[in-house]
Amino acid sequence: MKSWREIPTGSTVLEPGNISEYKTGGWRTFRPVINHEKCIKCLLCWLYCPDESIVITEKGEFEVDLDYCKGCGICAKECPKEAITMVREGQE
Amino acid sequence: MTGRVGIEVSAAVAEAVKLVDVDVVSAYPITPQTHIVERLAELIANGELDAEYINVESEHSALSACVGASAAGARTFTASNSQGLALMHEILYVASGCRLPIVLAIVNRALSAPINIWCDHQDSLGARDTGCVQVYVEDGQEAFDSTLQAFKVAEDQRVLLPFMVCLDGFILSHVIESVNLLDEEEIKGFIKSKMKPKYRLDPDKPISMGVVGGPDIYSEFRRQQEEAMRNAKKVILEVDEEFGKLYGRRYGFFDSYRIKDADVILLTMGSMTGTARVAVDKLRENGKKVGILKVRVFRPFPYREICDAVKGAKVLATVDRNIEPGAFGGVLFTEVRSALHKYEEGPHVVGFITGLGGRDVTVSNFMTMAEKALRVAETGKIERVYEFIGLRE
Repeated sequence: MKSWREIPTGSTVLEPGNISEYKTGGWRTFRPVINHEKCIKCLLCWLYCPDESIVITEKGEFEVDLDYCKGCGICAKECPKEAITMVREGQE
Repeated sequence: MTGRVGIEVSAAVAEAVKLVDVDVVSAYPITPQTHIVERLAELIANGELDAEYINVESEHSALSACVGASAAGARTFTASNSQGLALMHEILYVASGCRLPIVLAIVNRALSAPINIWCDHQDSLGARDTGCVQVYVEDGQEAFDSTLQAFKVAEDQRVLLPFMVCLDGFILSHVIESVNLLDEEEIKGFIKSKMKPKYRLDPDKPISMGVVGGPDIYSEFRRQQEEAMRNAKKVILEVDEEFGKLYGRRYGFFDSYRIKDADVILLTMGSMTGTARVAVDKLRENGKKVGILKVRVFRPFPYREICDAVKGAKVLATVDRNIEPGAFGGVLFTEVRSALHKYEEGPHVVGFITGLGGRDVTVSNFMTMAEKALRVAETGKIERVYEFIGLRE
């Protein structure tokens, strides 16, 4: 961590788009778990996620980026196939 | 206009803002500050000053517009007081937190209720912890000169803080005084016509200002502001010295008057100092050793320098044109007393609260205060640590 002498003057961020460096997944209480058998790849979870935390893998499957997912549960709520369940962190 | 002229002090402040070639003015009218921004609006409208004048619906918006302009690298000015300054209050923290060198003329006025448009220092002193530099001036010349100095101090990269030039409502703002104005050629050697910001909002080089700073970094940003205030002490004197060399007028952190051998020193702020000088001259004629220390720079508070200047006296009498209900004395009283804490054999401090809501602080009031303080000097006993002067009991 930088000292007060090393940070930029004022509450200024000099590197644009640096939010990706700030991992916010630690805020999460519930984690979305996708049932790939039920998933029809309709993209609704990807569309609704407020934090762009639904990612599409090379295989074309949907995964959750747990570095940024805050566990809001919108994806689970919007999924038309109930393919996403919210699981309390620390539990299977 | 240049050279020595008879000019309303508000217009002199506007002339100073014009001289530094300000880029953006945004303000909302409030008595008794209005003449400053009216005059600036006029100068911009008739082409004498090439600047943007942003009309807004409130003081909250006025300072917000200044924050945006200053963040974009514009030299920026606003003016307010009283309820208007109170409405700006939350944005004052934003301006200082983002380290934006906005200059504000605060034309001191009391706060409601009861509604009162006349002078006291409660408004700007209420904003003393917002991270703005504060200077309180005695007369029109000092108002003009301090406004010029304010831009240079505020924009210094070691400082980068908003700067309030506080002048007494009506007593100064609406009075025509003899002021020695400078012209565009003369000012060139003192301040550059464009601000050189450390960071600025620029679409080609995007940065973010005023971002979230959580528990992991907030303290570090606040510590930076504290350092900027400490630096401001140095820069204020440097700029004052440079100003003095160029134009022959110096102000320092404070002005002392006949304090060398004084038993009692009256600590004053603002225009009341002129009246105090008359009282002190009379007291001196009668052999009473009384002097004055006019506190000019209030933030950063020059506690060490003030202590060094006054420690030889027997009694310090603080004259507070403000009241902090529930506190132990007025703002200047608590500040001075706290600064003197380390001096075991230091002078007694007695506090006087006076001149609220524009009530005149008269020569006779100063005589009363001086007599009370002289009695403490003689007896070494303090009957009342602080009290009202000129109040109907």
